Amino acid sequence: MNPTDIRAPEYFHKVVDCQWACPAHTPVPEYIRMIAAGQYTEAYMINWESNVFPGILGRTCDRPCEPACRRVRTEEKPVAICRLKRVAADHKGDIGHFLPQVPKDKNGKRVALLGAGPASLAVARDLLPFGYTVDMFDQDPAGGGMMRSQIPAFRLPADVLEEEVDLIVNMGVNATYGYEITSMKEMLDMNYDAYFVGTGAPRGRDLDLPGRKEVDEHISIGIDWLSSVAFGHTTSISGKVIVMGGGNTAMDCCRTSKRLGAETVTVVVRSGFEVMKASEWEKEDAMSEGIPIINNRPPKEFVHENGKLKGIIFECVKPIEEAGRLKYVPTGEPDVFIECDHILMAIGQENHCPWIERDIGIEFDKWDCPILDEVTLQSTHPKIFFGGDSAFGPENIIWASAHAHQAAISIHLMCQGKDPKSDRPPEGLNLISQKMGVHEWAYDAEHDASKRYLVPHANRRRSLENIKVEVELGFDEILGSREAQRCLNCDVQTVFTEKLCIECDACVDICPMDCITFTSNEEEAQLRNLLTAPAPNLEQALYVSTELETGRVMVKDEDVCLHCGLCAERCPTNAWDMQKSVIHIPQLGSYAE
Amino acid sequence: MTFVPKPRVHHPLLQFNEIGLTRRDYEGSVSTLCAGCGHDSVSAAVVIACNELAIPPHRFAKISGIGCSSKTPSYFLGASHGFNSVHGRMPSVATGANLANHELHCIGVSGDGDSASIGVGQFAHIVRRKVNMLYIVDNNGTYGLTKGQFSATNDRGSTSKRGVPNLYSPIDLVSMALQIGASFVARSFSGDKQQLVPLIKAAIMHKGFAFIDVISPCVMFNNHNGSTKSYQYVREHTASMVDAQLVMPHEQIEIEYAPGTHKEVDMPDGSVLRLRKISETYDPHDRVGALNHVQRAQEQGDVITGLLYVDPIASDIHEVLETTSTPLNQLEETDLCPGSEALTAVNASFR
Repeated sequence: MNPTDIRAPEYFHKVVDCQWACPAHTPVPEYIRMIAAGQYTEAYMINWESNVFPGILGRTCDRPCEPACRRVRTEEKPVAICRLKRVAADHKGDIGHFLPQVPKDKNGKRVALLGAGPASLAVARDLLPFGYTVDMFDQDPAGGGMMRSQIPAFRLPADVLEEEVDLIVNMGVNATYGYEITSMKEMLDMNYDAYFVGTGAPRGRDLDLPGRKEVDEHISIGIDWLSSVAFGHTTSISGKVIVMGGGNTAMDCCRTSKRLGAETVTVVVRSGFEVMKASEWEKEDAMSEGIPIINNRPPKEFVHENGKLKGIIFECVKPIEEAGRLKYVPTGEPDVFIECDHILMAIGQENHCPWIERDIGIEFDKWDCPILDEVTLQSTHPKIFFGGDSAFGPENIIWASAHAHQAAISIHLMCQGKDPKSDRPPEGLNLISQKMGVHEWAYDAEHDASKRYLVPHANRRRSLENIKVEVELGFDEILGSREAQRCLNCDVQTVFTEKLCIECDACVDICPMDCITFTSNEEEAQLRNLLTAPAPNLEQALYVSTELETGRVMVKDEDVCLHCGLCAERCPTNAWDMQKSVIHIPQLGSYAE
Repeated sequence: MTFVPKPRVHHPLLQFNEIGLTRRDYEGSVSTLCAGCGHDSVSAAVVIACNELAIPPHRFAKISGIGCSSKTPSYFLGASHGFNSVHGRMPSVATGANLANHELHCIGVSGDGDSASIGVGQFAHIVRRKVNMLYIVDNNGTYGLTKGQFSATNDRGSTSKRGVPNLYSPIDLVSMALQIGASFVARSFSGDKQQLVPLIKAAIMHKGFAFIDVISPCVMFNNHNGSTKSYQYVREHTASMVDAQLVMPHEQIEIEYAPGTHKEVDMPDGSVLRLRKISETYDPHDRVGALNHVQRAQEQGDVITGLLYVDPIASDIHEVLETTSTPLNQLEETDLCPGSEALTAVNASFR
């Protein structure tokens, strides 16, 4: 194998699995260390810079970081990254003096943000400190988008939401609420220098089955119903409720129904339990509130009597694997009838933009999604950018933040007369040695064998009575600092300097995970089997040195390295050093400095 | 010194041996020796060897004297019996331990100071007595604990860290062991586990006195240009004579050598020691030839390694003394004090 180029920013970035998996590339280990040190405000600001909504995401994020966490591979349960983010948000002090200054003198460029959801707000936050005039339009009576309308208060309390939304709006966004955008042409006529479309995926899917029309008044589309609950238009639901769908919206619908007075709530899902789209913890929370989830039951017919809904007939199927894909075949059991008075349909949503005229220069693909440059998020109309769910379909809030940063860079470059693609700033990497003395490291290297700590919950009866009672209480400072200790500090890298190595084997002998091998150099496939411990995880890189004095090379399998620093600790010549990698992800604020 | 404890968590694919243990179960506490010390590699080699032999850790007795080397038994086989004895007196304690319970595998670890200076007399006599044990000398040619004076195994002309040459001839423990009658004699290098681990395995299974002299560089005081026991010097001047592999009874013999290039020695536990000659002129069963070879190489500044001599039909102290097959520590009072009738019979036999 060729020697590894550790100066390429993506190499060490990839070693920090959580940061790599995070769409916004939040430097997770860095803020977790700050939480462990009780520096909540600083930990919050690291998050705020990178993902914009730490308090909200600390409660609602889909957590792509957690399945990526190295702990999953070394022990089992990942670090509770998401809930630690919340610890920073819950315990932070005054952040006022950390916030970017917004100049009074504007730069003369005007940007329109369509939609007031997370994507638009994040774009506003990035652009405002550069003197842009930012006008935001939304049909809802308040900002926040789906964070306000679709996430129930028992998961995301209003004050947490408002704090982070208002923080950005108060930086100087000219917000126009209750403004329904009906025509993109009309918007273009307002002659802004750039437009950002962050209108989300506002159309919930429907199901056209026999009886659908007749029972129309007993069926609600999940996200619309949640929205009407959020804005206080719906305050109760009665009788027996069936929630159709297996995603997080379905989980929010069923738990909200339970709180608004439904006699019974049942979730019925077309597919198997394991392949449901809902996050593991959302399913667990729903079930622990006594809501049954019935799987492998595709609906066949809505049964009604003179327009009065009676229930739904479901088919019984089972999943079988065929050519690596799941296929559902009838089990032969008789169809089942489940009685209900109301149906909440939560079977997916679309980023539907009927208000964008198709003759103004924005091209759409065959799925009716706008054609975008994946890096710049620019549409085929040079002034119009997309982000969040309206860009590539329904994702989650963290993707909206990630898109927003990219779009903000593009908008800024375009407004400066530069090319949004070729003039984009590159990623960067700094390596900072953590050695402070003979046996002193600037980070807590010691491995903590604790199991993942559970987040305490509010009293079940109380939280089921009141939709505004938040179910999760969050870690307190003590639990938070304990959980923070579980972080393996994967951003503190094992950096190897060939010319210092005397090949004494000390690192090989001490490594608890058998990551290090000195061997003759081979092709990667061969090398992976030659190591002290086999390295079958192809997603994890091998770190290969240049040739050493004996003609061998050092090969380190990054897969299960604990970053405990013992190799560096036992190295007599400092050929191994623990160096913190700081990965610079271009963002409008950071590269203009 | 390392203060960070080694995490107990291990690689998810770490192999279990035949008795359901992993290599980690054969470790001791984290070394307090200097980072990069060759001795730590020797300890690691012992860990690997014992794991591969799949002998339960509590069936080992590890005994040492004083010095850097003699601290190392703390760093392997944490779940075994241990005795850190007096300077140079490890052989006496090991002899006693082996006499008391011959069922334990006895590993003695000593250094060049412990065995070639203060304990040289003890060393000579344990070789003579054929105690069934593995005697390892971590040989770095220097007194590391007292900051780098020349030890008795340091080669004449080899320099100290400051460049002062050694004026005295070295004691070669391998030559001594060969001459006095050790039945298994090897030399190896701490930086070459591929060679060292099989040697340790074979030595543990050897019945009789097995001696391994391991060149184990002292990174602090004897790893400079001018030293003949540095990583670099040994790597440049080493020549392996005989490659030894211990093939366990349950293991498949995979490699077939050309006829005449290898020999097999049956071990008491049913395993086979395969010896592959690397040098044409070397015979690992010829004690005098081995002695000549070692001394000639030394004269030329070469370090010859590998299994230098093995006596396939060696005996041990218990055979010589014709002791009972039951370990002495397991004899009951009735065995040891068979009563006045037995005493009368014994007395009568002398009349």
